[in-house]
Amino acid sequence: MMAKQFPLAVIILCLALAVSGCVHKSVSAAGPAPTAFGSAIVESSGGKQIGAAGAVLSQPWILQVNDDQGNAVAGAQVFFSGPAGVSFDPPSGLTDSSGQLSTSVVLGGMAGRYQLVASTRTKTQKRIDLKTDEIALDYQRRLGQLLDDKYCSRCHNPESTPERVSNYDNLEVKPHAFTEGDTLNKMSDADLMAIISHGGPALNKSPLMPPYGYTLSKTEMRALIAYIRMVCDPPYQAPGMIYAQK
Amino acid sequence: MQSSNSTPASFWQKLFGDPLRAFGVVSALLLVLLAIAPAKNHFSEWRHYQRGYLRVIRSRGDAVTLQRHFQPGIQQIWHPELGVTDRCTSCHVGLKEATLTDVSLQPYRKHPVIPHATDQFGCVMCHRGQGAATTVDEAHSSTLAWEQPILPERYIESGCGQCHRAALEGTPQLNQGRALLARYGCVQCHTVKLPDGGVMHATQDAPSLSHIADKTTREWIFAWLKDPQAYAASATMPNFKLKDEDIRDISAFLIANSTSLAGDTTPPIPQKAIDPTAGASLYGESFCASCHAVQNAAGNLVGGNVGPELTRIGSKAKPEWLRAWVRNPRTYDPKTEMPHYRFTDQQVATMEGFLLAKADSDLLANVHLDPATPEQIAHGKNLVMEYGCASCHEIAGIRKPENFAPELTRIGSKSVSQLIFLEGMQHTLTDYIAGKIRQPRAFAPGLKMPQYSFTPTQIDALTTALLAQNDRAQTMPPSLAVAGPPASHYRPAGKAGQIMNDLACFSCHAINGRGADMAPDLTWEGSSVQRKWLEDFFRNPATLRPALIRRMPKFNLSNEDIATLSDYIMTVYQTPEFDRDSMPEAGYSATQVEQGRQLFYSKYACQSCHIVDAKADKGYIGPTLTAVGSRLTAAWVYHWLKNPQALRPGTTEPNRNMSDDEATSLTAFLMTQKSSGKREAKK
Repeated sequence: MMAKQFPLAVIILCLALAVSGCVHKSVSAAGPAPTAFGSAIVESSGGKQIGAAGAVLSQPWILQVNDDQGNAVAGAQVFFSGPAGVSFDPPSGLTDSSGQLSTSVVLGGMAGRYQLVASTRTKTQKRIDLKTDEIALDYQRRLGQLLDDKYCSRCHNPESTPERVSNYDNLEVKPHAFTEGDTLNKMSDADLMAIISHGGPALNKSPLMPPYGYTLSKTEMRALIAYIRMVCDPPYQAPGMIYAQK
Repeated sequence: MQSSNSTPASFWQKLFGDPLRAFGVVSALLLVLLAIAPAKNHFSEWRHYQRGYLRVIRSRGDAVTLQRHFQPGIQQIWHPELGVTDRCTSCHVGLKEATLTDVSLQPYRKHPVIPHATDQFGCVMCHRGQGAATTVDEAHSSTLAWEQPILPERYIESGCGQCHRAALEGTPQLNQGRALLARYGCVQCHTVKLPDGGVMHATQDAPSLSHIADKTTREWIFAWLKDPQAYAASATMPNFKLKDEDIRDISAFLIANSTSLAGDTTPPIPQKAIDPTAGASLYGESFCASCHAVQNAAGNLVGGNVGPELTRIGSKAKPEWLRAWVRNPRTYDPKTEMPHYRFTDQQVATMEGFLLAKADSDLLANVHLDPATPEQIAHGKNLVMEYGCASCHEIAGIRKPENFAPELTRIGSKSVSQLIFLEGMQHTLTDYIAGKIRQPRAFAPGLKMPQYSFTPTQIDALTTALLAQNDRAQTMPPSLAVAGPPASHYRPAGKAGQIMNDLACFSCHAINGRGADMAPDLTWEGSSVQRKWLEDFFRNPATLRPALIRRMPKFNLSNEDIATLSDYIMTVYQTPEFDRDSMPEAGYSATQVEQGRQLFYSKYACQSCHIVDAKADKGYIGPTLTAVGSRLTAAWVYHWLKNPQALRPGTTEPNRNMSDDEATSLTAFLMTQKSSGKREAKK
């Protein structure tokens, strides 16, 4: 009798534990119940930022839920998700009176692109997603970003800000923006190193690009290249490992 | 009795029917017991991960190299002098393998590139955790015996701050955190001792309140104390969350305690009709926005953060005080960073009208204060002492309190058992520090720490800076400490020194290591520029860099002052590297000039950043060179071309490693670019 009951009891116990585990999880995922539903989710700001690995992004990610007519919907539920290591504060919530919800994002500890997803549900419980990419930089690439900011971006970044006017339009030969993956991904690390240290003429390009070999150290130039590789769009694929078995 | 004896006997007999069987069972038991230790070792976590690593690298192209690097067994990084015994590399096997960039699976990732070798200082120095542990849990989480969990990546720069005492190029977050500690007055109440024996100093002195009644009204003080950010969103003053009666009494005390200062106020200036647009253009021409911000119609702050925000200055400043301040700020505050502009009476009146119009009628609309009673004033004084106002502000009759708030020298090693957490908060030191900065008053009733309005990024930066203040930083061998440049207390001497102090040159320029970095470093200015240009520049500062918003203002200096300053700069601020007169300013051969032109436009393509021919060239990263032959000395141009960083460390112009001949030709070409003299003619 006992022997028969024992495994049964164990099974019941396991099931109970498993169920309680599941219940606990679903409770923590759900926030306050939505009071309204939208049919579209749009980004207000905070997408495509470049931040530091493991750190909070400098700008919050702000999303807006709209209805069929494109009007903002207050009280709609938005929940956020991302790859392992990404956290959101708050992880979900209801849109405010202007139909917006703001969350501060902490990216994962490894450098790379993180695809964030913001979702809401329609009246029919259909899930609508909005995706954006945020880039996390590690120490080396952040150093590259600082160098870009100091030496490169005045010509290579065509965008002007009031504080910083771009020199891009003044140049006869237009430099490539560091996000131009189609061009830059074709160049090897050695090519980039050559053009940074010896200037444009090293690769038969314009002398408007000066050499930095006597100004920057090898470490700095490597950091700059690592940064350029990280912000390229489409993303840069390193020449792959050759696998012995394939 | 018989039954009780027979039961164990039968059990015993069942188990070991005869001695042989008993021997066999006991031997088997012993064997099993003996096997426990090797089995535990065999199934240990680190062996499991090492086997996993071998599986991961087996199919790679560089498997042979990786396998050769692999060492089985427990690995250890041991630095007894630093107290480091780190066995992390037992599981994190691929940490040093440069080719593992594509592996994202932990614990096999390669370590990201950092300026130190991973075994130079070990792991826990930056990451915290228990280095000696050999299981995942013990190494990473806090346990009963250990309470040092792994540091979240977002605070990783705190590790750098243990040795690096000054701002470091690669640690923007740590630098920001330390700057915030100094700027927002944290270190005025909390002592933060540095390992070299010094203490962290505040970088911004809050204004003195000893003469505040000259400057503003009791109503404004009330509104300000109620919510400083309502007056200016960018205000550094935190919100003390005071009750209305308390604010009433504090404002009563501050006004009653204030004494009037001679020259602090000026009667109205009889003025001609003021052109309403003149104020805005005077504000623009004087480059007030280099230091002061104003909120624009879109709600964005436009301008610098050296001085206070001026969006609602008209609701704060009394007209008679503002007038005196604009005329000469040093009368009211001898240490102010604001220059003495030497405005004419008409300009002072124009500026006054312009600034007073920047008022917000809502700010003081609901503030109605009855005349103060002596009890209120006495109570206000008590409150001022209780809240430690004199920690930041100079207040006549009240001493700056010492050790007003807990010392934060070793806050980064504070034991979690000594902390009181909020409900629902994770019990970690990092969450405690961040939480305390975010909402200090929530931790207990009656706490005095005010509420700041920091952004999440600023809170992370502050937490990082505080985590760097730990036991390890205090006990690090002095040989490892990387001190910053020594603080410079340089003061220019004599009459010129007085004028430079009056003009607050150091608020924008740096000289001999002292000063700000908004404008060029002037340490070698005397070797760099020609005297005539310098005098003209003082008279009418012309723009050198077309794309720059922040520029040198015009100070209406007298000829005598200009001569004094120019004499001093030309004589004292000379580089020992070369003689400023070692090269002629004219008289180069036409061939040399032509060769220089070729080098400028073809080989070195200087026109990408500089303008020589105002019609054809467009580059505007570097200064305009259309009149460089009238501005710089030939020797400076030559040595600059040879190595710009040697003359001004960190300047962005790349070193082109040009030959002496080329540098001479380029100098010859540039020195022919003289000013046409039109500007002087116009004047």
